[in-house]
Amino acid sequence: MSIGRMTHIRKSSVFLSYLLVNLCVLFALFVHAMLNVREAKPALEGKSALVRSLGLTDLCLFSEASYTRHLSLADFSTPFQDCPLSLEHFPSGSVVEPPEHLREMAPGDADR
Amino acid sequence: MKWIEKQRNIIDFTLSSLLRRKTKNIALVFVYTVIVFVLASVVFFSHSIKKEASIILQGSPEIIVQRLSAGMHALIPEEYVSGIAKIRGVTSVTGRLWGYYYEPTARANFTLLSPEEQPGEGNIMAGEGVLRVLHASPGDILSLTSYKGEQVSLRVKGSLPTSSSLVSADLILISEGDFRNIFGFSKGLFTDLALRVRNPRERVTIAKKIKELYPDARPIIRDEILRTYDSVFNWRSGLLLMVMTGAILAFIIFAWDKATGLSAEERREIGILKAVGWETSDILLMKFWEGASMSLSSFLGGVILAYFHVFFTSSALFAPVLKGWSVLYPEFRLTPFIDVGGVMTLFFLTVLPYTVATIIPSWRAAIVDPDSVMR
Repeated sequence: MSIGRMTHIRKSSVFLSYLLVNLCVLFALFVHAMLNVREAKPALEGKSALVRSLGLTDLCLFSEASYTRHLSLADFSTPFQDCPLSLEHFPSGSVVEPPEHLREMAPGDADR
Repeated sequence: MKWIEKQRNIIDFTLSSLLRRKTKNIALVFVYTVIVFVLASVVFFSHSIKKEASIILQGSPEIIVQRLSAGMHALIPEEYVSGIAKIRGVTSVTGRLWGYYYEPTARANFTLLSPEEQPGEGNIMAGEGVLRVLHASPGDILSLTSYKGEQVSLRVKGSLPTSSSLVSADLILISEGDFRNIFGFSKGLFTDLALRVRNPRERVTIAKKIKELYPDARPIIRDEILRTYDSVFNWRSGLLLMVMTGAILAFIIFAWDKATGLSAEERREIGILKAVGWETSDILLMKFWEGASMSLSSFLGGVILAYFHVFFTSSALFAPVLKGWSVLYPEFRLTPFIDVGGVMTLFFLTVLPYTVATIIPSWRAAIVDPDSVMR
């Protein structure tokens, strides 16, 4: 393409091409995701098998406090066990909520 | 073809008009892209981790039984094992031995666990995070301090697979004898119990029977474990609400600014276009393309960048929030489970309001007499 013709490329052509390229990249990423999910299946099964053999209950995301490390095993009193008036102070405690089963307890289950 | 040509002419004109206010519009697209990037990163991260947790934790024990004493988790005696094993529907009861160990030199918390398949006396298997923070490798000798203050030397027999870091980064697998020696657990005491049941639908009934048999017991069923991670990364949780509130507020201010009025220059432009013969519908079409071009470019750019951020850089920008004060953070790469519904919702929540917000004030200016608009 000559320089003369290049200077006459319409702005709409540039914009629509830009959108098209973006859509193609997005589509390619979605295909990448699909392929990766398929490929990851054995690895996920391996992780699940490790969880089964070791009897694990939680993800190792927040290892700073016991009640965020083993979130599903936390109870109402865990953040206060360090000492009386030891208020919840770990950063991860402020970004995660207590497990749902503690918030949806039946009356009379207060000792959980 | 005539219709397409008309649209292209209007897009040409719109882009020229946008380029006349280049600095302002580039800044707008940048801020808009950043907002979409943050929101899309949250959508990708939360959906993937929820999905991954739901698959991985399917292998966790069907019921965990803990014992509470004075409102605190207490060790559970062996008698509970035989009592619970007699409940109809329970196929196995295993006493679990696990606990936390704080390593002062690395300032990290580890989880010590004695598994059914023992690594052998004097040996341990360690997770990727443990070896990383202690700068250790298989074959090295690690020294842990027992409850009496004595040093217990343990040889790193092997490491747990790096691919399982999300569940095992802080784990140290240790023999029962060494575990009891370090923590001072008497024989016949366990941290908690793991149960397998014959019929999964009986889990709740069995949990109730355990509670009746041992009122100080606290049964936790697998469904509750699975729901925990679903709610932790739910949009209402602190982490996501914190990120999303900031981004949504920024977006509202952004769209509000656009919806509440046009600049004097934009009003004059509309007046001139009307004076030279443009129809109101043409002006609205031009404004539609103005809003659509900016919001579509930002949306696509933001979503693509978010995908790279979450699935190629392991959510590098979220890591400091998730880490908190912890030294040990797993190195994991999430499986890209895409929430198409979430992406579509994001599209409707960002592209549509902005486009509408661009059209409305222009429509108000376009229906007024061109002469008064230009004044």
